[in-house]
Amino acid sequence: MLSVKNIHANIDGREILKGINLDIKPGEVHAIMGPNGSGKSTLASVLAGREEYEVTEGAVSFLGKDLLELSTEDRAREGLFLAFQYPVEIPGVSTTNFIKAAVNEKRKYLGQEPLDAVAFLKMMKEKMALVEIDQRLLSRSINEGFSGGEKKRNEVFQMAMLEPKLAIMDETDSGLDIDALRIVANGINKLRSPDRAILLITHYQRLLDYIQPDYVHVLYNGRIVKSGTKELALELEEKGYDFITDEVDLAANQ
Amino acid sequence: MKEKPDTLEQAVLTEYKYGFVTDIDTDVIAKGLSENTIRLISNKKNEPEWMLDWRLKAYNHWLKLEEPKWSNVKYPIINYQDIIYYAAPKPKKQLNSLDEADPELLATFEKLGISLNEQKRLTGVAVDVVMDSVSIATSFKEQLSEIGVIFCSISEAIQLHPELVKKYLGSVVPMTDNYFAALNSAVFTDGSFCYIPKGVRCPMELSTYFRINTENAGQFERTLIIAEDESYVSYLEGCTAPMRDENQLHAAVVELVAHTKAEIKYSTVQNWYPGDKNGLGGIYNFVTKRGMCKGDHSKISWTQVETGSAITWKYPSVILKGDHSIGEFYSVAFTNNHQQADTGTKMIHLGKNTRSRIVSKGISAGHSQNSYRGLVRASKQATNARNYSQCDSLLLGDKCGAHTFPYIEVKNKTAIVEHEATTSKIGEDQLFYCKQRGIDAETAVALIVNGFAKEVMNQLPMEFAVEAQKLLAISMEGSVG
Repeated sequence: MLSVKNIHANIDGREILKGINLDIKPGEVHAIMGPNGSGKSTLASVLAGREEYEVTEGAVSFLGKDLLELSTEDRAREGLFLAFQYPVEIPGVSTTNFIKAAVNEKRKYLGQEPLDAVAFLKMMKEKMALVEIDQRLLSRSINEGFSGGEKKRNEVFQMAMLEPKLAIMDETDSGLDIDALRIVANGINKLRSPDRAILLITHYQRLLDYIQPDYVHVLYNGRIVKSGTKELALELEEKGYDFITDEVDLAANQ
Repeated sequence: MKEKPDTLEQAVLTEYKYGFVTDIDTDVIAKGLSENTIRLISNKKNEPEWMLDWRLKAYNHWLKLEEPKWSNVKYPIINYQDIIYYAAPKPKKQLNSLDEADPELLATFEKLGISLNEQKRLTGVAVDVVMDSVSIATSFKEQLSEIGVIFCSISEAIQLHPELVKKYLGSVVPMTDNYFAALNSAVFTDGSFCYIPKGVRCPMELSTYFRINTENAGQFERTLIIAEDESYVSYLEGCTAPMRDENQLHAAVVELVAHTKAEIKYSTVQNWYPGDKNGLGGIYNFVTKRGMCKGDHSKISWTQVETGSAITWKYPSVILKGDHSIGEFYSVAFTNNHQQADTGTKMIHLGKNTRSRIVSKGISAGHSQNSYRGLVRASKQATNARNYSQCDSLLLGDKCGAHTFPYIEVKNKTAIVEHEATTSKIGEDQLFYCKQRGIDAETAVALIVNGFAKEVMNQLPMEFAVEAQKLLAISMEGSVG
């Protein structure tokens, strides 16, 4: 589904990603972990098509298409979803209207008729139950005055509505208390399916207690320095990042 | 630093979608302004002597005035001798079907969602083809006259209802009021006249739309609306459909009079040629609009959506003379490219327990400048006067400007005046968030702008509101990088 080959990326002339390789198949859940500043969020931004980042080398194919050739909005319409670490507030635009616009833009791109009000409402109700989100939240301006937990839940709700092929969750666990974390994680688990891949980006292992990944990768200094199964996450939890980063630094100095 | 493609800038870099044609046949007089010009206009309109005298008086006063310089707009010096003051449009060329109409115009109609019949009417397709529209207009006219509502052109009113025109013309905006009002008083060509008798609630929105016999009021428009005791009227000015206009200078005057317990709701959508991307051409729109809440418990409400014109200079105001009277002003002003808008309102509280509310939403894009200028005055007698003002500005990009000039004069200790203002900017972060959800920059900007302007849009009559919303979106259209 997603194949990342030797991606290098800069921001303001500074190289952040220094050759990333990653293969994700449908139905798989991958977790990318790493210390602060290792390039985790940059990877998410580059895949989603944030313009501040410049890809200098490498290739990405998504569902057989050259991802880097697609505009940000076309990547989304093809089925790439990014749950933001810091969801943006848009005053005056209700969450419902925003999601309706998003759903219908995607349908237009895929050559489908826009959803009518009744069908849209029905879909909303189904997905609301799935991710346990309050209807009152959806009539408010998007993310405006939402608590941290509400913002993240709203991201997962949008994911449910847009039914992506690949969902990238950028530190979705950050800033959540344990109850909120459980609800958000439950929502994500319900959205797991054999034809949907999920890429979890996280600093902490605790999210992985709720969402069991198939693979875990450790990102450090713009490279994936170690990959493994979910046991790797537990090892990291126990020993900290140092046991890997020291090894890498040592090798680099020799 | 790497040059970032500025999607915002591109999203708003847009050209006027309606074209700009000047091939209308007109009956014109020579350029220039003198007493003779005014006599000629008055004569062509077959006006009574008192009307001519009124015009001449205005002209002589105008000669003593100087063009106002206090507004936050810049434009080249206007040569008033280089303007044609009378150009009666000849009947439009009649088309046999829509196939003969300008396809570009039709495409815009399509975007605005204007019905086929309305499209035919607007493009001048022979009226016998447009059976529905005409029969509706005719039956509306009949229905109105049955209940005593007078709705006609001001020229007709001068001929048929001189006593009303004499009594009210210039009673709210005196001919001496300001430079442009004096000019208008001297040379006005046409406009609307409405009279709602006592106790009548006008059953439909009155608009120039149904005043089919005098569609082209020209550049010096004059409107007079009178609501007698306990009457109600909602009036729509303008049209979201393309306005093709060859006059650069527009100086209109609108006067409203609301008697005891009467209510007037006046809505405007202004969509004139704003000039090109480089700021060339475009309409100069210098308008004086004022309403008088003459009787106790009367109410006047202005709602405006301004997206056109190179320069807008416009302050729809309310004089709250009657006790317990209410004045309202709701405005959305959108400026793009090199447009300049200096607009706002005046709420003059004279009566006791008078209330006013101001909601102004300014949106600036491109290199445009958008100013809110408002005056709230509570006179000595205005016990318990109450005003609430809210002025919000939204900036698209970093080359435009938003300015707020609120003036508050309070001479009565019991008056309460509140003013709130915010300025916000559509950021690249918001755009990226939208794009990541599959919403392109253009649609995203439209979504955000419509959200911002919603409070004012909600004041418009329903059908008008839908069109105005689409109009805002079209005004912002452009190539997106």
